[in-house]
Amino acid sequence: MLELSTHIVYKLQRTGVLVLGCSAGGFELLTHILQALPPTLPYGVLAVIHRNARYETHLEKKLADKCAIGIKAAADKEPIESATAYFAPAGYHLLVEPNRSLSLDVSEPVHFCRPSIDVTMQSAADVYGPATAAILLSGANKDGAMGMMSIHRAGGLCIAQDPRYAEIDTMPAAAVALGGVHLILRNDELIIFSKQLSNYTFRN
Amino acid sequence: MAISFGHIEELIALVDNVYSFDLGGYSRASLKRRVSRILTIYDIDFAGLKYNLVNSPGFFNKFLIEITVNVTEMFRDPPFYKSVREEICPYLATFPHIKVWSAGCATGEEVYSLAIVLSEQGLYNRSFIYGTDINTAVIERAKQGVIDLRKMKTYSDNYLQTEPNSSLSGYYTAKYDAAVIRHELRKNILFSTHNLISDGVFNEFQLITCRNVLIYFDTAFQYKITELLHASLTLFGFLCLGAKETLASNDLKNKFRIINKTYNIYQKIA
Ligand SMILES: C[S@@+](CC[C@H](N)C(=O)[O-])C[C@H]1O[C@@H](n2cnc3c(N)ncnc32)[C@H](O)[C@@H]1O
Repeated sequence: MLELSTHIVYKLQRTGVLVLGCSAGGFELLTHILQALPPTLPYGVLAVIHRNARYETHLEKKLADKCAIGIKAAADKEPIESATAYFAPAGYHLLVEPNRSLSLDVSEPVHFCRPSIDVTMQSAADVYGPATAAILLSGANKDGAMGMMSIHRAGGLCIAQDPRYAEIDTMPAAAVALGGVHLILRNDELIIFSKQLSNYTFRN
Repeated sequence: MAISFGHIEELIALVDNVYSFDLGGYSRASLKRRVSRILTIYDIDFAGLKYNLVNSPGFFNKFLIEITVNVTEMFRDPPFYKSVREEICPYLATFPHIKVWSAGCATGEEVYSLAIVLSEQGLYNRSFIYGTDINTAVIERAKQGVIDLRKMKTYSDNYLQTEPNSSLSGYYTAKYDAAVIRHELRKNILFSTHNLISDGVFNEFQLITCRNVLIYFDTAFQYKITELLHASLTLFGFLCLGAKETLASNDLKNKFRIINKTYNIYQKIA
């Protein structure tokens, strides 16, 4: 069990969606986090990783066999279900509609990225407000820092991989520097944290 | 400045009242991003936006131009074009006249890509391609047939992935930083404005592409638009949606058979 301060626990109790952002050097850890998430996770997960639209990766299929939660490529206008992770498809931004369904969008790349982590985090914060939680992992650019800031401002919970343990620290370090991060966790702590996420039941 | 979904609903109502223009079926998440962008571009707040919409003639058109997402590419999703060549063209070849409609064509790159495929299959001379979009500014650009030369590198890569037997550079002339689409490729193309929500059927087509347009609408309007596309197709004509767009309703699914599951190519059978 990872001991968490009461204000973090309070935020976890009202969490309604979890956004995972990951880029260069973070993929293995992301896999471990997804594997650690319990099948009773009371909310959905939006996973945004930077990947090249040119290569069909079958990533979701490979992960689905390893994880207790559902793993899917996000489909347009699909409702977000609990205990399911939706991956932003390569070449599309992933947005959240006020009715808590997903939308895909081919508008301009952000930080040269589509999907962009900032875009999904901002959109999730627009809809879920303080019920948004996010984890940002290793990466070589600053995508996610602004998004974490939006979630922070909306009253949500922002967690960054400890930049000292990130394969490429630029992305989590940028988020920490911008000031939107509540909690910095090492790789092993992130796994323990993920395992215990169904322990916090919703309380109004 | 931060705006809320409440502001978006207010805006939808205002545009409906003042201009009888229906934005109600558009994705709220996308509208919100676009409206925030407009506020930044024009350096105004939400009240300023409403003021301009009501009081500045001509501003509504500028607003419409920015509210839509017009990002496009030549040969976007190369395997899709390969499938058009290999799975659709043999059918099209059996028609004496081939009418093609690219609905939501943005700046025309998709239209020119289709023209290239048709011409390489020896079908262009009996084809006519209509490119339509709601956005007047992108239609004007499409008509010019001028593409940023820097983008041609990516487009050539896309094109090569369709495994063609020629090179993209044969279809344009480079002038300074512009690629000008050759006349032979433009002669059987017509660009014009058309609103998929409020305008109706205007012809009967053998092939319709409506790619990366439906994602900007809610499911009810997606249905409405696909019904219009169905009504605009000849029997055994083809409907091509975007790589992440499928026919949602069973009712419509029964009227098509699937030609390509990955790239959402359908043939009308009823
Ligand atoms: C992302 S672009 C797609 C361009 C191209 N088909 C492609 O896939 O690359 C979407 C286009 O749909 C157009 N659009 C949006 N609403 C429309 C409507 N009601 N009627 C017609 N076109 C519309 C937009 O103006 C925009 O140019």
